[in-house]
Amino acid sequence: MSEDKRRKLKQISVFLENRKGRLWKAMNVLSSAEINIRALSIADTSGFGILRMIVHNPEEAKKALEADNFVVKVNEVIAVEVMDKPGGLDELLGVLNQADINVEYLYAFVEKKCDKAIVVLRTEDVDAGIAALEASNINILNADDVNLL
Amino acid sequence: MIYNEKAECMSAPEKEELQLRRLQDVVKRAYENVPYYRKKLEAAGITPADIRTLEDIEKIPFTTKSDLRDAYPFGMFAVSTDDIVEVHTTSGTTGKPTVSGYTAKDLDIWGEVVARALSMAGATRKDIVQNCYGYGLFTGGLGVHHGGQKVGCTVIPISAGNTQRQIEIIQDFKSTILTCTPSYAMYIAEVLEREGIPPEDIKLKAGVFGAEMWTEEMRNEIERRLNLDALNIYGLTEIIGPGVANECMEKNGLHIFDDHFYPEIIDPQTLKTLPEGEKGELVLTTLTREGMPVLRFRTRDITALRKGECGCGRTHVKMDRITGRSDDMLKIRGVIVFPSQIERALLKIPGMEPNYQIIATRPEHLDELEVQVEASPALFSDEVKHVEQVTRSIEKQIHDEIGLRVTVSLVEPQSLPRSEGKAVRVIDKRDMS
Repeated sequence: MSEDKRRKLKQISVFLENRKGRLWKAMNVLSSAEINIRALSIADTSGFGILRMIVHNPEEAKKALEADNFVVKVNEVIAVEVMDKPGGLDELLGVLNQADINVEYLYAFVEKKCDKAIVVLRTEDVDAGIAALEASNINILNADDVNLL
Repeated sequence: MIYNEKAECMSAPEKEELQLRRLQDVVKRAYENVPYYRKKLEAAGITPADIRTLEDIEKIPFTTKSDLRDAYPFGMFAVSTDDIVEVHTTSGTTGKPTVSGYTAKDLDIWGEVVARALSMAGATRKDIVQNCYGYGLFTGGLGVHHGGQKVGCTVIPISAGNTQRQIEIIQDFKSTILTCTPSYAMYIAEVLEREGIPPEDIKLKAGVFGAEMWTEEMRNEIERRLNLDALNIYGLTEIIGPGVANECMEKNGLHIFDDHFYPEIIDPQTLKTLPEGEKGELVLTTLTREGMPVLRFRTRDITALRKGECGCGRTHVKMDRITGRSDDMLKIRGVIVFPSQIERALLKIPGMEPNYQIIATRPEHLDELEVQVEASPALFSDEVKHVEQVTRSIEKQIHDEIGLRVTVSLVEPQSLPRSEGKAVRVIDKRDMS
């Protein structure tokens, strides 16, 4: 059970109204709280944006943002190693496709681990996603590995 | 507890006799002392002697807001200004304000009716009333003040604003009754929650909220968050201020103090008097006011009257909660919409914060309605599709309520204005020219 828990990575998502300066404000709050961002992506729609981030201390980041009236959600995602060359991501997505796993979104870490790139993945069913990846011997990084990057 | 059992539990025949005597008296006083009414009644061919039954009130022409405005400042007074000991005005947002004048006897009547209202909330000499209605020209603050003093409560004349201080005082002075607008009550609840103040530290047992329209759903929210009985008070500056009517603990309609204010319901289009139970515009006549008697004032508030027994024992006629004013209503693509309908739809959604704003625009010759709602954890997700689903379900909920398609936009928490007084829920950006 605890093995499994470690394989899921915590991600924070922040609601951003489509107004000038909101992204800047969120970043400002995080830097004031000395939160280090390891990976981020922004999904934008015409009305709003969702800022998703992997930070070294999600609980602290959530508290800092909420104190400044941001709406924050914490949920679980998977950090996966892929070969850092053309075709690396292709292989990963192939495995998930074969196993009929729906990918909601995906973005990359800035850091890498030796010759491997790290990718953040959100599957519709997180447990099924982990199972499918492990069945194909794809390396899933746990929270500790990520923090050491 | 009933403040004035003799008046509040009077039998119907006795009440009608009293009302007729008082109606005849006020028509005579207005005819003899207010030039505006003398002219108006003569033009209609009426003299005080023509009022022989209560139904004869229908012979009297209506008084409108603009009539009162035209009399600015003291044209409607029935006594010399020497005898007027207090004046109040309306806010004057739509033109010149309306002035209301009170003799010493009028202040006594005002105190009496508000005392009845506070007593409905359970107030006694032992209670501490935190009065957050604005003190000044607005009738809310001083009206509740006069009533609270009549009951013998400890009245804290804190007025509106400085919410941090309000919170401190609620705890330090151990206030038991809160009087303010319902939107301010919600704001106080929000701040209490944010500060993490434990409910045991709050001694509030009841609130008397009014001065703006609010829904049954809003009452449930306020009661849940503040852990008190939230009663609705109704009034208007032109008639006296707060204290024309108030809810009893049955929470099923507001008792109009009809020994002092005579109510009628009319069809706002045909101006015909409507029978009991039918919704229409509330018309009020002051039966006992000396300084400024008002005959058949068109309030523009939409409600219905209900007679019959009430579990509280009072016999005052009841009126339904006001759900809209005839001039509050929006017409969007030809459909009549009241902000209260949108409020009701929003509060049916779990996790919804009751902070919203309605914006009406006409971008391409067709009316559009945007409802801005503050985002909250319950409405948010890491996935765009979920947030969009939530937005669509809110749109559907509103569509089910008003039959119109609207656009719902999520905005950031605390970005919509909070009110200390009446909340401005509607912004109409359409150029009606």
